[in-house]
Amino acid sequence: MIKVEGLTKRYGSTEAVKNISFEVDKGEIVGFLGPNGAGKTTTMRVLTCFLPPTEGAASIAGFDVLSETLEVKRRIGYLPETPPLYSEMSVCDYLEFVARLKGINSVDVASRVDTVIDRCNLGDFRQKLNGQLSKGYRQRVGLAQALIHDPEVLVLDEPTAGLDPKQIIEVRQLISNLSGDHTVILSTHILPEVSTTCGRVIIINEGRIEASDTPENLTARLQGHDSIWLELDGPTDQVESKLAVVPGVEQVTLADERSGRSAWQVQADKDPSVRTALAKAVIDAGWGLFEVRSVGLSLEDIFLKLTDSDPLLDYDSDETDDSEVDEGTSSK
Amino acid sequence: MRNALTIARRELNSYFTSPIAYILLAMFAVLFGYFFFSAVAFFVSYSARAAMQGGGMGPMNVNQYIVQPTFGNLTIILLFLTPMITMRLFAEEKRTGTMELLMTSPVRDYEIIVGKWLAGMLLYSVMLGSTAISILVLFVYSTPDWQALLVGYLGLLLMGGTFLAIGAFISTLTKNQIVAGALTFGVFLVLYVLDWVNAYSTSTLGKVCQYLSVAPHFQQFAKGVIELKDVVYYVSAIGLGLFLSKRSLESLRWKA
Repeated sequence: MIKVEGLTKRYGSTEAVKNISFEVDKGEIVGFLGPNGAGKTTTMRVLTCFLPPTEGAASIAGFDVLSETLEVKRRIGYLPETPPLYSEMSVCDYLEFVARLKGINSVDVASRVDTVIDRCNLGDFRQKLNGQLSKGYRQRVGLAQALIHDPEVLVLDEPTAGLDPKQIIEVRQLISNLSGDHTVILSTHILPEVSTTCGRVIIINEGRIEASDTPENLTARLQGHDSIWLELDGPTDQVESKLAVVPGVEQVTLADERSGRSAWQVQADKDPSVRTALAKAVIDAGWGLFEVRSVGLSLEDIFLKLTDSDPLLDYDSDETDDSEVDEGTSSK
Repeated sequence: MRNALTIARRELNSYFTSPIAYILLAMFAVLFGYFFFSAVAFFVSYSARAAMQGGGMGPMNVNQYIVQPTFGNLTIILLFLTPMITMRLFAEEKRTGTMELLMTSPVRDYEIIVGKWLAGMLLYSVMLGSTAISILVLFVYSTPDWQALLVGYLGLLLMGGTFLAIGAFISTLTKNQIVAGALTFGVFLVLYVLDWVNAYSTSTLGKVCQYLSVAPHFQQFAKGVIELKDVVYYVSAIGLGLFLSKRSLESLRWKA
């Protein structure tokens, strides 16, 4: 449904997206995961014909985004990072306007508006002005706007940004319900978000695809390891060598140091006994122990792992284009 | 075309749901009323004097002494008010991000531009329409030449259309309405006074400047004469403004 080949986008001399390729099949929900500035929005803008690619090609349902823009636009529903709302219009008027803009027959406009208002739970806000809505409701109107012409492909740029937890669950449910008929590509920087809604995750960083896999496989990779936060007072130069020999420990890095105390980030096996062993090692050495806790791996850690080509989390996904994996983890 | 109308309708709605349309209409009405009143007052005192001197000057013409100067002054009002119509057209959409909606909808660039220009034209037509109230008063007390009057209105429409097309283009260049407004006013003023060069230069350059200026082309319309070269000037200026807007929207994609 969505096909991207060797896509590169440059803004002046900066390269926002570097030669990425991926495919999304019909009915799939794909999460685009990456830190801010990774190139998620740029990729989405290319897919929606807002920006032309500098190099490479992208197509939606077989239509090229550069040469067959009208056909592409007809098939796409797009929720930009900031919902494109006219603040002086009421929700209902706005949706009617978008419906007409998307080419819906005048006779069907009212029923389409009703459908999306219903779907996005906006019933009580029909006559409210867009400008008076809170962030969460603006986001919903944005979503309603993207759904109005029942597009084959939905491109959602951070659909849950700025929503409260309850709304996030609602939006996730809404997106999950879309799978099957609609192909959805959504961007986010929240890991649990993709694991609950998406069938596949594409991790993008600094304009490159670092990995592309199902959330299950991704988390399975991570579950084998644990990150432990350790705070103690002891001679900094000795601590590292002492801790590194504890069984199960894979890497020790100094995270913080002040007034005789030092904090360490320890990468280790998922086994809880590692923590006891660490504590024991500290006590045996005669240092004072302040804190030992498991911090888990955050999205940032994953990025660090993926970009620093740490042997711990060496990632070779068969779904990613080989060249990109090589670039991302070249120094392995 | 349906898309252009959809966009024009929304644009017009937003003029009238915000204070913009009302402020413009009110300012226009006050200024036009003042110009109209002074022209009528001048006509009355002048004709009284002519009557006392024995009417040696021939009959005075309402079109020539009231309509023509009033329409001439009206073009100066346009100079100030049309930038306020056009400055927000694209700048606002670029600032709030709604441009992204328009540009990712199945709508052609020219439909967006024509739609917006049309909305400006409709608002401007409403403004012009409000002058009819004053002009109709003339018919009560006199018999102005209505054909010449209509030609004058046609000229005003064309001139306004030119300003709106150029203003729309300038609005595509920036996200900032103030910048768009100031730049538009500056460009209009230059276009308006360009023919002054002709006062001290009879060179080819002077002639070119006179032809490029918006004001001289209106003079014949004000008299009630449609000259092809004037029509060609205004229509091609409108075309140029809209064409440049289209190009500017395209370049927005490439450089954004």
